[in-house]
Parts: sequence; C-alpha cells; structure tokens
Amino acid sequence: MSLDKATVARMAELARIALPEDQLEQLVGELSGILAWVEQLAEVDTEGVEPLRSVHPIRRSWRADEVTDGNCREAILANAPERENGYFVVPRVVE
Amino acid sequence: MSGLNRLGLLEARTLLRRREISAVELARACLAAMERGRALNAFITETPERALAMAEAADARLARGEGGLLEGLPIAVKDLFCTAGVRTTAASRILANFVPPYESTVTAKLWAEGAVLLGKANLDEFAMGSSNTTSAFGPVINPWTPPGTEPGLVPGGSSGGSAAAVAAFLCPAATGTDTGGSIRQPASFCGIVGIKPTYGRCSRFGIVAFASSLDQAGAFARSVADAALLLQAMAGFDPKDSTSADLPVPDWVGELAPRVRGLRIGIPEEYRVPGMPAEIETLWARGAEWLRAQGAELVSVSLPHTRFALPTYYIIAPAEASSNLARYDGMRYGLRVRGRDLVDTYKRTRGEGFGAEVRRRILIGTYVLSAGYYDAYYLKAQKVRRRIVEDFQRAFERCDALLAPTAPSAAFRIGEKSDDPVAMYLNDVFTVTVNLAGLPGISVPAGLSAEGLPLGLQVIGRPWDETTVFAVARALEEAAGFSAVPPRAVEV
Repeated sequence: MSLDKATVARMAELARIALPEDQLEQLVGELSGILAWVEQLAEVDTEGVEPLRSVHPIRRSWRADEVTDGNCREAILANAPERENGYFVVPRVVE
Repeated sequence: MSGLNRLGLLEARTLLRRREISAVELARACLAAMERGRALNAFITETPERALAMAEAADARLARGEGGLLEGLPIAVKDLFCTAGVRTTAASRILANFVPPYESTVTAKLWAEGAVLLGKANLDEFAMGSSNTTSAFGPVINPWTPPGTEPGLVPGGSSGGSAAAVAAFLCPAATGTDTGGSIRQPASFCGIVGIKPTYGRCSRFGIVAFASSLDQAGAFARSVADAALLLQAMAGFDPKDSTSADLPVPDWVGELAPRVRGLRIGIPEEYRVPGMPAEIETLWARGAEWLRAQGAELVSVSLPHTRFALPTYYIIAPAEASSNLARYDGMRYGLRVRGRDLVDTYKRTRGEGFGAEVRRRILIGTYVLSAGYYDAYYLKAQKVRRRIVEDFQRAFERCDALLAPTAPSAAFRIGEKSDDPVAMYLNDVFTVTVNLAGLPGISVPAGLSAEGLPLGLQVIGRPWDETTVFAVARALEEAAGFSAVPPRAVEV
C-alpha cells in the first residue's frame, strides 16, 4: 500500500500534529515503506483465529466502592501551562 | 576507599551490612563517576542532593540494624518512571519540564526497600527506538568502542542511558522498560545483564505509557544475581495496574544457582535469520554447548511465525502509542505552543513537542486504526499475535527454556540505520517475539565480537517462570566468564 500526500496530511490532521510541507514529503516515503513491509502479514492464514487482546488471562477482582484518591487540586494543577483561581486556563473552545 | 563505584549490588550490600562502607560513601563514589562519565550523556537529570539525603537515611537505618532488600544501594532510574518531585521527561520536548506529583509503583517499591536514587537515565523519546538516538536530550554514547577507535557507538535502546551507566560503572544497577527489546538489546550492546520479566510481573502504574499491552519494567546489572535482586524489589501485585498479576514474587536471589541439569533447552530453528553474522551463530552454538556440558538437553524447536513478529509489532505498538500519546494536548501539563485557536494549539504543541520517530509512529498508528483499515491491519495483527503466542506454547511443551541470540549484531555507530526506519526496526528481530507473547527474557553477556564489542545471549522462559530463566542465565554467565571492561569505563 503506497500512501499519497493527501492521506498522510489527513492522518496528521486526525492525530492533531502540525507538519511542515517538507516533512510531509519525507513521511510519505517512510510511511509507505513501513506499510509495504507490514503487509507481509497477509501471508499468514488467520481464518477463524480469535484476535489476541490480552496476553495472559486476567482474573478481574472486585474492590470495595470506596474513595481511594482525590482532594489533590494543587498537585493536579502543579504542571499546568496556565492556571487561574484553581482552574486550568485553555484556549477558547466555544466561539 | 576508592573503586566503590565498581561494586555490584550484592557485594555492596554485604559491605554496607557489615558497616565496612557507608551508603553515603557509596553514593558519593557513584555521583563522582557520573560526573566523570558525563560525556556518555547517560543521564537526563542527576539527583545528587536527593541521593545523599536518601543515603544518610539508609545509613541511619543500617546503624539500627534495620533496612530493606536494597538498603543504601544506589541505582539509576530510566526517565520513563514518574518520580515525585523529580523531573520526568520520557526524553521528550513535550515533557521537558514535567515534575510528577506522584511516584510510580515500581520506584515506590525501590525506595521502600532502601534504594538510593542517583538520577534519571536517558532513553529514546517515549521509549521508541533501538539506538537511544531519538532522545530530545541527545544520544547516549556506548562506553564500548573497538580498540583504537573514537567513542561514538550506540548503547542500544530504548533504555540506552540505563545500560551505558551500568556498563561504564556509573552505578551498580538501573531500571529499564522493555516493549520490543528495550532492556535486552541495550544489555547486549553494553555487555551487561538485562531482564524483562513476564508481562504483568511489575506494575505499569506511573510509567509513561508507550504500548500498554507490551510495556514491562525490568532491571539492568552487571551480574545475573544483581539483576535478580533488583527485579525482586520491583516486582509484585499492584491494584493500580489492572494487568498486574496477583502472584507471589519468588525469592529469585536466594534460590539462584547455575542449575541446568535435566533441563531441556530449546533452540528455535527460525532464529537463524538470513544475513546474521557468522560470529553470532558461533556464539549461539557455543552457548548451547555450555548448557549441554552442564547437563542440559538441547532440543530443536520451531517457532514458525517468527518472521511475522516485527511486522505485527509495528502495527500493534504504533496503534497503542497513538492512543496513549493522545493525552499530550498541552492543556493540563507539558509543553503548550499557542496557535490561532484550540485545534491549532493542539497541532503546534504536538508538532513541536514530538520528535520525528514519535510523529512517525503516531501517524502509522492513526492510519492502522482509521476507518476502513482497522480490520486489514490492526485486527489482522492481533490474530497473528495469537499465532505467535501459540508457537511458544507448542515449543514449551518440548522444552523448559529457549536459547537465542539477543540481537542480530553488535553495537553500531550513531547515525547508522537512521535514514531507514525498517532497517532500525530489524534490531529487535529476536526480542520482539517475547513481548508479543508476554514472556520473561534475559540477556547475558557471552563474549566479544571480532571487533572487540560485547555480544549477548538471550534466555526465554515460560510465563511466570523467571526462576528457570535466572538459573539458565546463571549457568551461561558462569561458563562465559565475561569479565571484559569497556574502554570508557570510569574510575574514581
């Protein structure tokens, strides 16, 4: 599968990554190369194989419905790029 | 006393318990070594003040006859483990100023056992890489270099700083994480021991996530026994990680012996990959012979889907990475680069915050998870992953552990393979299968290449059977008698 520039630009848009034009060009080649290489998986017969999501069977256990964490506003805000009055400041979301 | 930086964990622990050395002296020796070894760029953040305060507290406990498993022992921590109050960067610009308000479970366990934090070790950005050249804080230099040449070899990756620091005698041991080979391959390139335990053995809580179904913490040291000791302190159930296993942690150190008599050691046929250097084949055969001579039975086994492991990995890992790294949006922590509006701010933040390899993997992950391609790529990869797991299950019906090379080459020069992502990915051909199947694997230094660079052998075990993995590794270690020291080892 060879990707074109428009597809890579769309992926960058979906992933919310700004890419300058020259990087886009280079990524078209690199990503096409990686995809062509992973496509050898088509050779494997996986008819009727259940997709593997968890490598070991996990026994889920229950815990009491109790608060175990919280009341740590200062810690949560400590790394905020911008804060005011105990809130995160973010760019305008609603015009 | 000079040369304290050369002590291993167990040697140092004996001297500390006998009060022949103090934890402060030991920490000072390592801090001095770190300073002399700065050209290796093994650390992103050094924590000398914290180290000395922790060492003093350890000395006080030792003086009272108290102390945990690692009391007073200095270690380096890969800068992917969150350490409360100590900057944790994941070697990324996007987290360059992030100071976690909380502690990872693994490091919390280390401090509870009395370990001393020396600093946060360099790595590939978000642990994505096999050469430690994708770090936003610059590449790590391998302390090994062929005799008569200038330093400039990669230490392997992604835990390259941890491996280089242990190999150069900056510290006796270090933590790492391994998603596709990120502990075992650098251990091989740097001539030290690196263990990745069974998936679920160590808690992932507080480790910056890369590919959650594959990520697992582990240990570096200069001997199998030291690696077993550090891992023993790191491992154990944690309710904060839903994939952490509620199983007792064996006394790996107490039980450790080079015991392989009666064990069946599998030699996977498919690991003879085309283009593998003859010296690695020779080393592998020699390793098998060492085990046979100590009473093991060699069995040829087949892992037919081996050649599909890397392509499977390069769908699953980027897919999980693209989801995990969606959290870096510049709103609550990390870098924020202002744009025209909210979406533009996201895009600039992520465009400038992530390096080239991370961007590449996020885009691949976004593609394989996108509408219309999900089944063809992601679901297909999950099915092939099951085939790979079944290969191992069948092999372990006929043997108790597997022996293989760790990496298809010795360390290479910085810059080599960097223009071809697929060539770089092939480094992990022997290690990535183990992550896909969630198995324990260890790399043990087994010899030097013709050029004079270390080469490792890998032992792979059944799920939860680190005990056998350590026993076989110990047997290899004893037979190999690897005692070479890298040209850039630091003396204090």
